[in-house]
Formats: sequence, structure tokens, C-alpha cells
Amino acid sequence: METNILSVCYLVGSVSFIVGLKMLAHPDTARKGNLVSAAGMLIAIVATLILSQSAGKHLHNYGYIATGLVVGGVIGTIAARKVKMTAMPEMVSIFNGMGGLCAALISVVEFGRLTEGYPVLHLLIIVAGLFIGSVSFAGSMIAYAKLSGKMKDVTFAGQHIFNFVILVAVLVLGGLLVGGCFATPALIFYIVVALSFLYGVMFVLPIGGADMPVVISLLNSCTGVAAACAGFLYNNPVMLTGGILVGSAGAILTVLMCKAMNRSLKNVLIGSFGKSKVASAPGKQGAYKEVSASDAAMILAYAHKIIIVPGYGLAVAQAQHTCHELEKLLIDRGADVKYAIHPVAGRMPGHMNVLLAEADVSYDLLLEIDPSNEQFPTTDVVLILGANDVVNPSAENDPTSSIYGMKVLEVWKAKMVIVNKRSMRPGYAGIENPLFSEPNTSMLFGDAKEVLQQLITEIKTL
Amino acid sequence: METILNFIQNNLEMFYVVILSIFLGIEVISKVPSVLHTPLMSGANAIHGVIVIGAILVMGNAADDNYLAITLGMIAVIVGTLNVVGGFVVTDRMLEMFKKKKKPVVQKENQPAK
Repeated sequence: METNILSVCYLVGSVSFIVGLKMLAHPDTARKGNLVSAAGMLIAIVATLILSQSAGKHLHNYGYIATGLVVGGVIGTIAARKVKMTAMPEMVSIFNGMGGLCAALISVVEFGRLTEGYPVLHLLIIVAGLFIGSVSFAGSMIAYAKLSGKMKDVTFAGQHIFNFVILVAVLVLGGLLVGGCFATPALIFYIVVALSFLYGVMFVLPIGGADMPVVISLLNSCTGVAAACAGFLYNNPVMLTGGILVGSAGAILTVLMCKAMNRSLKNVLIGSFGKSKVASAPGKQGAYKEVSASDAAMILAYAHKIIIVPGYGLAVAQAQHTCHELEKLLIDRGADVKYAIHPVAGRMPGHMNVLLAEADVSYDLLLEIDPSNEQFPTTDVVLILGANDVVNPSAENDPTSSIYGMKVLEVWKAKMVIVNKRSMRPGYAGIENPLFSEPNTSMLFGDAKEVLQQLITEIKTL
Repeated sequence: METILNFIQNNLEMFYVVILSIFLGIEVISKVPSVLHTPLMSGANAIHGVIVIGAILVMGNAADDNYLAITLGMIAVIVGTLNVVGGFVVTDRMLEMFKKKKKPVVQKENQPAK
């Protein structure tokens, strides 16, 4: 009876994940979708606690389990509530890593419990879960360190070969371990653990910051597969469906992100940004002209059609509210104001939309990349706020550039471009931007928030 | 070879579930607007936190004196819960922001659908 109820609960859980994910994919049902999946998760977890049996006995160690749930729940809630919207990508990366670590730990414990005469495929699943979980954990931690600026890209000669050797070593050792070729499987098992962690670190280490969202999405997908492995191990349908669903959805999301950046997954993983940085960095920066805040305010105040291009600089300065204020002011003066959102503006696809939504910016003012590019030739002024790589013409006309081929906002087609940046330092991908020395471009240096406030004050006095 | 065939035979339902879930995941995600990529990734991230059930099972089935298993299981439960709770809360926070300005979207999104 109890087992039957448990099965029904798992069924409800699995269905709620599917429905929740489906609802998450539409803007008007997204929030409810998230709650639906959360409810399904709660049902599945509670049902496991109360109803799960093994060999006719209920679970024990409830005290420890409850402690773990409470500690994890409290830390998770606080961390998720406190994190700034701009630090969201890092947070997602950490949570993802935690899932990977969980999968790896399960495999370690299950390996310790193996006795004589276990089925070979059982061991295969354990080793697979271990490898995928460890890579996901170690990789996510490196991704976190990079996104939060605690770590730079590390590249060295022969890195790809080194990584490949580790990968082969893990797979061969893992394969032989499963095949039962060793007298001391435990030792080999722990070597596989260590190598998996090492591979996770080495795999993310050379990948540039601009490609990090793709990596996080990929690792997210990996953790899903690791969860599915554990589902196989325990013959647990809710873990299986949940894991596989995230695995395949994450894989598709990764491909979609690559498409948005016009980079192939292979390029992201193998041809890291780091190498070409050296080639294109020196001596390309031409002359640029500066504009004062009051002149810029004058230009904006009398323009008919304005497009704002928000970038990471805006997010860092927490200037989305001030930006919304400027937009309202300009619209009140009769101008046509739109936002052009590059798919990877901010640091993750959709990140900028989240930030602007936070500031109450109306949805219909946001243009995606293709409509934006149609609008630029008829635009009077483009105001770029802390965006750099996504408006870099090199992506279209300089085959030696590391971002060549990426789809960018063609802001240079507008009559005038005002670029707000803190300094002339290159952007995330570490390359120079010839846009800044174009004749119709003016630079407006300063922190995005301060500059926007100055602009608002100036326009109000006109 | 026979082992593999037997394995597939014994776990036939699992294989069906896996294959159908793969297609389901692809189908569900493939038409998502890029606006929702970040919340969606975050939501999917929370869902794979279902791994915490595995951690609970590890703990619940560990012998009382197997301190290594209990310690590792404990860590697994903590980090797994972190994944689930943190993931859902962060996603909710992101989507909360969309909600305020939802009205124009609701109309725009609904029209082509109906």
C-alpha cells in the first residue's frame, strides 16, 4: 500500500516537472511554472521520507536527514534572497555545482556499499554518475570563480592535449574498473574521483568569461544526467525523469545560446578566447572623441528616435532604475525610445531582460537583435551603456578578431552613437573595439549611474 | 552482449522513460524566447536538485555505525537541498520581476496562441 502511494507521488512529481518546465518557457506562466515544479519536488521529497522502504524497513537516521534538509534549506534560501540580481549567473553556477557534488557523493557512498557479486552495470552507473557529477561540481566552481572575477583565464601550451589525456585516462580507468580488471578496485576508484575533479577544473580553466553562460548551461545539463544516473541506481522514476528532462533541456538551451552568440559548441570548448586575445590586442585603438554630459543631454533631448543599448556596465553600476527614469523623461518629451537587447547582454542570455524588468521597464520597449538592426539606420542617437563586445564591428568585418562571426548590434549604422564606459579598457572578451574611433561615435566616460543622473538633470533644465 | 541485452530487457520501462524524456525536454525548450533563457536555466537547475532524494535514500539506508556513509550522506543532503531550495527561490525572484510588467506581455503572447 505504502509503496503504491509512493509510486503515485513520484508520478505526480515527474508530471509536475514536465508541466513546470513547459510553463517556464512562456513569459506569462513562467512564475507559476516554477512553483508547480517546486510543489512537485516537495511532494516527491516528503513522500520519500515517509513512505520509502528498503527490504521491508522504513528509512532511518531521520535526525541526520532532517538536520541536513534544514541546514541546506536555510543556507539556500538566505543565499538566494540576498544575492544581487547582477550576481545571478554566479549563484546559478554554485547551485549547479552543489547538485553535481551531491551526485558524486552518492556514487562514493554507493561504491563503498558494494559487496561481492554486484551486477557490472550497477558499477557502470555508479562510475558514470561519479564522473559526470565531479566534473560538473569542479567545473561549476571554476565558472563561479571566473564570473565573480576571482580568477583569470589560464592557458598554457599543450593544454588541449593535457585535457584530452586526462579525459582518456578517466575513461580508460573507469572502463577497466567496471570491467573488474583490478585487484584493488577501491584505490582505482579514488584515482578516478581525483582525475574527474581535475578534468572538471582543467576543462573550464581556459574558457573565456564571455563563453561562461554556455559552459554553465552545459554543466547544468551534465548535472541533470548525473541525477538520472542516480535515478537508475535506485530505480527511482522521479529522479530519472527529472534528471533526463534537465539533461536534454539543458543541452538544447546550450545549443540555443551558442546560436545566439553565433559560436559553435566546439569552438567554445576547444578554441578558447584566450589565445586570439594576444594576437588582436596591441596597437589597434585609434583616436576617439569625448563628449560632455551636458552636450550629450542636448543631443538626446532633441533627438526623435533613440535606441538605448544596455550592457554589463549598466548592470554593474545598478543603473537600471536611473536608466528607466531617463527613458521616461525622453518619452515624455516626445521622443521614440527603445532598448536594443543583445541575446547575451549582461552575462547570460536574458540576463539584461531580468534586470530591466526589475526596474519596471515596459516589455514592448525591448527589441531583440534582428528588429534592432532593422531600426538602427533610421535612428538619430544610439546610447550605449556599458556594452562593448556586443556592438563591436570587428565581429562583422575583421576575420582575425576572436569574436568574428558573432551576431552584433549594428549600432554604427545610426546617425550618432554615444558610448558610456568607465574607461577605454576592453570588454569581457578582452579585445579592442573600432566602433569607439568611428567619426560618428562620441565617448561619455563615467560610471553609468552617475552619467545617467547627470543626463537627467541636464535634460530637465533644458 | 548477453548482459547488456538482459539489462535492457529487465529495465525496459526505464529505457522508454529515458528516451521519451529526452524528446520531451527538447520539445518543451525549443521554442523558448531568449528573454527567458536565464530563468529557464535556473529553473532547470533547481529541478535536477531532485538528486537530493538519492542523498536521502543513501542516508536512510546507511547502517547506524557506518559513520563514513552518514557523514558523506549528510553533506550530500545539505548540498542537494541547497540546490533545490536555492534554485527555486532564485528563479522565483527573477520571475517576480517579470510579473509587475506582465500585462502588455500577456496580451502580446496570448494573441498568436489563440
